[in-house]
Amino acid sequence: MKTFALGGVHPEEAKVSAAKAVEILPLPQKVIVPLGQNLGAPSKALVKKGDEVKVGQLIATAEAFISSNIHSPVSGKVEKVDDYLDSTGYRRPAIFIDVIGDDWDSTIDTSKEIVSEISLSSTEIIQKMKDMGIVGLGGATFPSHVKLMLPDGKKAEYLIINGVECEPYLTSDHRLMLERGEEMMIGVRILMKGLQVQKALIGIEANKPDAIQALTSLVAHFPGIEVHALKVQYPQGGEKQLIKALLNREVPSGKLPIEVGCVVNNVGTAFAVYEAIQKNKPLVERIVTVTGSNIQNPGNYLVRIGTPVRELLEKAGWNPETAGKIINGGPMMGKAVSSTDVPVVKGTSGILVFDQEESKRPNVQACIRCAKCVSVCPMGLEPYLIARASEIGMYEIAENEHAMDCMECGSCQYTCPSARPLLDHLRLGKNKVAHIIRTRKN
Amino acid sequence: MNETFLYAVISLVALGATSAVILFFVAQKFKVIEDPRIDIVNDALPGANCGGCGFAGCRNFAESIIKAGSLEGFSCPAGGNATMTSVAELLGMVAAETEPQIAVIRCNGSMINSPAKVQLDGADSCAFAHYLFAGEGGCSHGCLGLADCVRSCIFDAIYMDSESGLPIVKDNCIACGACVKACPRAIIELRDKGKKDRRIFVSCVNQEKGAPAKKNCSVACIGCGKCVKVCPFEAITMNNNLAYIDYSKCKLCRKCVPECPTDAIHELNFPPRKIVTTEEAATASV
Repeated sequence: MKTFALGGVHPEEAKVSAAKAVEILPLPQKVIVPLGQNLGAPSKALVKKGDEVKVGQLIATAEAFISSNIHSPVSGKVEKVDDYLDSTGYRRPAIFIDVIGDDWDSTIDTSKEIVSEISLSSTEIIQKMKDMGIVGLGGATFPSHVKLMLPDGKKAEYLIINGVECEPYLTSDHRLMLERGEEMMIGVRILMKGLQVQKALIGIEANKPDAIQALTSLVAHFPGIEVHALKVQYPQGGEKQLIKALLNREVPSGKLPIEVGCVVNNVGTAFAVYEAIQKNKPLVERIVTVTGSNIQNPGNYLVRIGTPVRELLEKAGWNPETAGKIINGGPMMGKAVSSTDVPVVKGTSGILVFDQEESKRPNVQACIRCAKCVSVCPMGLEPYLIARASEIGMYEIAENEHAMDCMECGSCQYTCPSARPLLDHLRLGKNKVAHIIRTRKN
Repeated sequence: MNETFLYAVISLVALGATSAVILFFVAQKFKVIEDPRIDIVNDALPGANCGGCGFAGCRNFAESIIKAGSLEGFSCPAGGNATMTSVAELLGMVAAETEPQIAVIRCNGSMINSPAKVQLDGADSCAFAHYLFAGEGGCSHGCLGLADCVRSCIFDAIYMDSESGLPIVKDNCIACGACVKACPRAIIELRDKGKKDRRIFVSCVNQEKGAPAKKNCSVACIGCGKCVKVCPFEAITMNNNLAYIDYSKCKLCRKCVPECPTDAIHELNFPPRKIVTTEEAATASV
């Protein structure tokens, strides 16, 4: 079975919510819509206190090249445009909206009817994706329209659709492929037209046989799309790992997938593209998996952007008494949140709550030079070395050891028998090295 | 048997002698002429190699002095004025008197003043914690309490207070500035030691508005501006909701200290104030 070349680990899959159909979460009373939901520059608010908004109305606009529009996820009145505490506890600007009713913008087609005819041209598709605020829903939230605008002289050969979902616990992409497979496939066709490619490959980990079967049965209606089962191995869903597994091509260090003629998008993004192009519906909601040992009813929920995490946790039945850690994202790459008031944003793929016992990190011990971290690193780096260099502030060494190629998958820390905080230091090192590179350029 | 020894000794002596001759001429040819004053100055320096002067170690400092030809702009914080005077005497130059400085911790967000709302579970380093989150107490400007400053100090002049969770600077601090660089939140500042070691400073670097600042920490500067008004020497400025006392202008009159509604202004090493009871105050005002 196809897989990537270097390293990788196999954590317990724990996909407990895989069989739970997507439920619609009731509307919250108030939403907090952060202005910086995408990778790149934050958006600029267009509304002010007291303004009335409808679902899908543009409330913040992209000013920089790598930025995206934000639309109101609810209807109601703007309470204020002010700072909120994000999941790290730092203050960031956001739009607070009091929810009144559920009044959708009249241009949006809210019917269930599937529209398969793609009438727009390539440039129109890219423009509309930009207007509708589509970002990568796999977690990195890179504005999707920028991905389709290829740099001069580059030509895409393949569109790769990431349905791997290699993070343990998370099942939102899995449910999407099962329940909205046909719409998603139309989304893939739209992306192919936008990119002007003839071939699209969908990669799915072999632990989702039902999703593989569902999409394979649809392939006949969608020429140019292939579905591939991939070995269950973390991080199979890493962009570069996925390209290696599907096409046996290697993206050079520090380069983007377009270097080897590929553009990678998530299945969630493909579905959002379908809704944006065919239904005129901006990115105002997404599927979030709520799971973990502390959750009584793990499940998948269709949530409006800006809904406080607390609403989700209460719906899924959490126990605040025994909860130890609330994690935004998967257990390997996600980060703990500092408060349950933080909102769901475009990049939230899952919320995990672990009991106190389970969330404790083991005691850190000295490095025994076993080099397990080196053997599992899917990027072929030396995590112990970069982590140590960042720890003692020798960022030049971290840079020379290609710290910027680290994708923070966490395999090194997962496998470390001394439980060293390798990923912590790697993240710090990456941050510092990125800063050094930026200042050098200016 | 004896012959074997003899050959070995002779050949080695011959080899040694030839090499010595070659090396003698090579040494003459590539001789580096170094100013003998560098060694003299280097010997007069403390040899701590702390980097507080801004040069890479004491020898580099000595070389730079000789190269510059004057002591202007050079000062050794580890040795202080005494070292600079002796260097000046050795070189026949004049050293400017510098005010001795010390590091001050401009945060009082202890475990009591700014109780923890979340817990950090990760690497034990301020640099990492600063990148990861705002802090256990919720203040995004305050001390993270993970002792990067303590690890950076080569003079053992700073330690973590286990009760407050904040670092404390000891008297033997020589203001080399290593902790200032180590602190990711720019809390530590080098200030003049002051007369009789007396110092007044704002023990907060929070630039948020009053309400959010006070919400996270009971002793935060809320930017009310009372101290600015009461200061007779215009030593206090208000920038981004944060008061700052200029130590070069401050005359240590202590008027601002009782004025601060959140006790954010600290006085160090002053004699205790006369306690004025309410009765006395009433009679005085009559």
